[in-house]
Amino acid sequence: MTSVAISDLSLSFGPVEVLKSLNLEVEEGEFVVLLGPSGCGKSTLLNCIAGLLDVTAGQIFIDGKNVTWEEPKDRGIGMVFQSYALYPQMSVEKNLSFGLRVAGLPKNEIIERVSRAAEILQIEPLLKRKPGALSGGQRQRVAIGRALVRDVNVFLFDEPLSNLDAKLRTDLRVELKRLHQRLGNTMIYVTHDQIEALTLADRIAIMKDGLIQQFDSPSNIYNNPHNRFVAGFIGSPGMNFLQGALVSEAGQWFFNAEGLRVPLSDYRFVHPPQEGQAVEFGLRPEHIVVGDASTTQPVTMQVDTELVEPMGADTVLWTNVAGHALTIRTDSESNVKTGDNINIGFNTARVSIFSENGERV
Amino acid sequence: MSNNLTNQQAPASEATGRQRRHPLLRNLSAKIAAIPMVLVTLVGFVGCSVWSIVYSFTSSKSLPRETFVGLKQYDRLFDSSRWQASVENVAIYGVCSLVFSLGVGFLLAVAMDQKIRFENTFRTIFLYPFALSFIVTGLVWQWLLNGDFGIAQVIRDIGFTNFEFNILSDREYSIYAIVIAGLWQGTGFVMALMLAGLRGIDQDIWKAARVDGIPAWRTYLFIVIPMMKPVFITTLVIIASGIVKVFDLVVALTDGGPGVSSELPAKYVYDWMFGRGNLGQALAASTVMLSTVLIILIPWAYLEYSQKKDATHG
Ligand SMILES: Nc1ncnc2c1ncn2[C@@H]1O[C@H](COP(=O)(O)OP(=O)(O)OP(=O)(O)O)[C@@H](O)[C@H]1O
Ligand SMILES: [Mg+2]
Repeated sequence: MTSVAISDLSLSFGPVEVLKSLNLEVEEGEFVVLLGPSGCGKSTLLNCIAGLLDVTAGQIFIDGKNVTWEEPKDRGIGMVFQSYALYPQMSVEKNLSFGLRVAGLPKNEIIERVSRAAEILQIEPLLKRKPGALSGGQRQRVAIGRALVRDVNVFLFDEPLSNLDAKLRTDLRVELKRLHQRLGNTMIYVTHDQIEALTLADRIAIMKDGLIQQFDSPSNIYNNPHNRFVAGFIGSPGMNFLQGALVSEAGQWFFNAEGLRVPLSDYRFVHPPQEGQAVEFGLRPEHIVVGDASTTQPVTMQVDTELVEPMGADTVLWTNVAGHALTIRTDSESNVKTGDNINIGFNTARVSIFSENGERV
Repeated sequence: MSNNLTNQQAPASEATGRQRRHPLLRNLSAKIAAIPMVLVTLVGFVGCSVWSIVYSFTSSKSLPRETFVGLKQYDRLFDSSRWQASVENVAIYGVCSLVFSLGVGFLLAVAMDQKIRFENTFRTIFLYPFALSFIVTGLVWQWLLNGDFGIAQVIRDIGFTNFEFNILSDREYSIYAIVIAGLWQGTGFVMALMLAGLRGIDQDIWKAARVDGIPAWRTYLFIVIPMMKPVFITTLVIIASGIVKVFDLVVALTDGGPGVSSELPAKYVYDWMFGRGNLGQALAASTVMLSTVLIILIPWAYLEYSQKKDATHG
């Protein structure tokens, strides 16, 4: 069943069109991550779903109900902000219960909900404290608790972890995933951290300039990017792109670039290729095999190492092949040195080829 | 002192030497920089206050004399009907300006915060009176409140021919003329302070409150106003000091009249000191003013300070 449906949503701030006729359907119980560069309209979209911004055109449905013009409190959503947005002069308990009391819920019901949320988030010992006396992680937990007590089906998160340090972010990320498994709510989560997106999401919506570029499972986003933008945005270090053209010879397609000729025997075309078509050839640094093992790969070549960057768990090699820059990620065991000429290999089943307009070929 | 200096010159390896340094010597350069200010405060404020208190027990006339007469000046002060009127008036003026300039100033700021158009224009209009001196304000309002050709005449011209409004020459209400003029001058400034405070509130707080379904007035009352406590305290101090020292406004607007109906303590002090050449009486009055301020200030400062201490320790 669809939990949140957005159809042809547009939003402009004066002359600036931030969201452009955007469509999105989120299934019940799904964890959806909105991922995109800064300023692409992720927060704006989330605020529209929450009802904190009036849309210019389009409709929003939550649990089958058209809520386009409903007040935030009537939409059945809870929201968590990057800045926590706790009420600083109230104790944690009052932060959690204030909205419920204003809504006129019976006292024992309020107590029950608050203690349940506190138990789930393990903030019982903090209930009497004020937000000022809490650490960042504890504050964010309280903020999540405030959404939890509302007993709603849809949770919205706007970069909830980006104010925390790296270690805490990892811990809370795991906790959020557990929370989602336990509650089974629909969650829509905004971030610009790809690791967060790839680890948390059931499906990721990659946004750019107010449009969704691809809405797909993390593995599809990673392995089958629909366009050049998605391919370049996901992955670190980023995908290698080589400029060239497609040519065919005896029924076999090749990628041709200056001093390079790659047979595309394993590549699955989504659109029929054309002779001489100008394309970009995308190859992920981590899909390149280095050294002796490379001989087993369908495509092999030799590259010159220009720079070696050890990163702990793995090593990044900045190499050059016939004038094309190629980044390679390999494990830290390989003892390649700057200036070495090394053998590499890869499988064209794992590459992505994009036409000039950025679409996958 | 010399002991501390030798400590400082001790070898660096003796790390404890640094820790044992006298607390007075910590942040030494900052303390040296503060010395002129401390001296000004000590001599200017504390010194002059003590001098005033001492001479309030003498029978000094135009010049200070050391003939002590005990509490005689105070007896006379509290018997004086003019002083009694002054105290009563400052109470009226104080309560009215506190309540209304805080209340109206805050409401104006809230109105301005609703993303209205021409906000800058309105802000300038409201803030403009604050740029005038009290003398000008006094003269402006003397004209406006004049029963013969001020606002009253305008209303009569509109058609209400029997309209009478002349609080300036009414013993009962003349102090309210001063209240009105004072509010006109000061409210815009309070509004500007409050607006700055409101703008300092994180927009996410408002969003969170809306998601929680808390109505705007409750958000203001229970979330925003408590968050603005520092702004309110600053504003309160500014308004309160304005109340204690209000002087030129009375001189320009009513000159204390009719009779003594709009006299205020600061004017009492001024008149006795410079007009009537009675230093002892003037200083007795100012000492009473000072002690009133201290009686209010000390418990409050104590409360604030001890709270802060609790917060840092707890
Ligand atoms: N109140 C506003 N008035 C005008 N333009 C706005 C307003 N709020 C946002 N914008 C613009 O809308 C665009 C999208 O903003 P939004 O906050 O949704 O970005 P975002 O994707 O959340 O970015 P980030 O990752 O930096 O949070 C930006 O270009 C921003 O400049
Ligand atoms: Mg954002």
